[in-house]
Amino acid sequence: MNALSIENLYKTYRNGFEALKGISLEVKDGDFFALLGPNGAGKSTAIGIVASLVNKTAGKVSIFDYDLDREREPAKQQIGLVPQEFNFNQWEPVVEILVNQAGYYGIPRREAFVRAQKSLKRLDLWEKRSSQARALSGGMKRRLMIARALVHQPRLLILDEPTAGVDIEIRRSMWDFLREINGQGTTIILTTHYLEEAENLCRNIGIINHGRIVEQTRLTTLLSQLNTEVFILDTHQTLSEVPKLPGYRLNLVDKQTLEVEVHREQTMNTLFEALSVQGIQVASMRNKQNRLEQLFIDLVGRSRLPRDAAT
Amino acid sequence: MNRGSLYLTAYRTIVIKEILRFSRIWVQTILPPAITTTLYFVIFGKLIGERIGEMGGYSYIDFIVPGLILMSVIQNSYANVVSSFFSTKLQHYIEELLIAPVPNWVVLAGYVSGGVARGTIVGFVVTLISLFFTDLSVHSYALTLVVFVLTSVLFALGGFINAVYAKTFDDVSIVPTFVLTPLTYLGGIFYSIELLPEFWQSVSLGNPILYMVNAFRHGLLGVSDINIGLALLIICAFIAALVAFSLNLLKRGVGIKK
Repeated sequence: MNALSIENLYKTYRNGFEALKGISLEVKDGDFFALLGPNGAGKSTAIGIVASLVNKTAGKVSIFDYDLDREREPAKQQIGLVPQEFNFNQWEPVVEILVNQAGYYGIPRREAFVRAQKSLKRLDLWEKRSSQARALSGGMKRRLMIARALVHQPRLLILDEPTAGVDIEIRRSMWDFLREINGQGTTIILTTHYLEEAENLCRNIGIINHGRIVEQTRLTTLLSQLNTEVFILDTHQTLSEVPKLPGYRLNLVDKQTLEVEVHREQTMNTLFEALSVQGIQVASMRNKQNRLEQLFIDLVGRSRLPRDAAT
Repeated sequence: MNRGSLYLTAYRTIVIKEILRFSRIWVQTILPPAITTTLYFVIFGKLIGERIGEMGGYSYIDFIVPGLILMSVIQNSYANVVSSFFSTKLQHYIEELLIAPVPNWVVLAGYVSGGVARGTIVGFVVTLISLFFTDLSVHSYALTLVVFVLTSVLFALGGFINAVYAKTFDDVSIVPTFVLTPLTYLGGIFYSIELLPEFWQSVSLGNPILYMVNAFRHGLLGVSDINIGLALLIICAFIAALVAFSLNLLKRGVGIKK
């Protein structure tokens, strides 16, 4: 079963801007799906339509086979949304924000308090339950939005850049939490500008650009399309010139740092052996660019070409 | 989940949220109308009223009490919904409701009930204050209650529509300042329209608040410048029109959806 099916979705705003030009997308039940795209590509509009925050121009949206137009209420019951911007009443106590949200889904107040307590404890916000939301730090506000989105136990959780502006420690703990709830069966759709995040968390990926889906595939399939990767090698020895290694393109970044381009058919073992023969020991290595980032730039750049050419 | 239970829980949630909201800021919501109305009673009722003498067969302070109670109900029912729903839009937490499986009519009913709750509490406080200045008699409890509630519903709906269209805080205050206050003051709170020249009497009949004030006064004192049946009909017609209009705005997502 699909958690989300989008067919030929169009959105044209009143000013004539075509945000979506007939996108179709399927996200399987239980998936951890990344919806990526540059700013203004149409990600938030698509999510807004699925979450009933934006009126569509044409097309069909189904959530767990419930048609969002014809079976609105059961369809909406399935979704939890963590939007990009903080959208809670800043003056309301934290616990009330959750209790009210549960109430909108028909959960009686007493049960809503129990659920709110559980969610707030799980996301380390219980101590702040009586504080007004405006008194929370940025990271806490993000967690509050996640807790609120989960209070009615949705089967599909949509996160629109949930870790924007959040420090590394909190981001990592959010990743663990999202992995955990995905493991428990919640389907997750994530949009993010941190491609490392998508690569770490997601199994499938859709890339949207200029209102069109330019790629939808498994993350592993996408990464296997990568022909070359650029690595940064830190060496034990001080280098005065670029070592000569046939088949590899090398660059000296500084006296102890080499940049090397490795093709898909080449192995790292061969590279290390060749360097070792020349008396160069590698102390550490890292990707120059995130792998997904490299592909993303390629795909987005390619999809931009016809438009640029036309203008 | 049963639909009826979902709707009822969602409705109760909105109403409780609204009551908690205006209760938390009672210094801004309950106290000011109590002080203002006390001043009206002291200045217009006692100091000036005693020199005016009788109006409609009652002492002046007795005559203005129903209008002042209803004025506070009108202003507070309107103000509660317009400010609350506008804040909901401004801070984007309207999205909490838009994403949830709450039908538009439940959203409307919840906000209007919140406005009625504030109107009722303020109206009750003003009525208690009036007891310090006059012996309040009730001619018809049923009519008094019906007009009280219907008027509150009507102006809560007005506040809702204002909030839907409002884009700035100025838009929230324009209607109460330039439309509601003049119509309320000219709606027969402080005088009987019989005092006006014939032309202005006819003009006054175009003011819907006149019908509400007079119907409420009839409920309390048993005197009115207008036909009570017509007054009730007009109030109900306005409510029906505003409900239909509000639901249409919500359906189209005016001011709340992109």
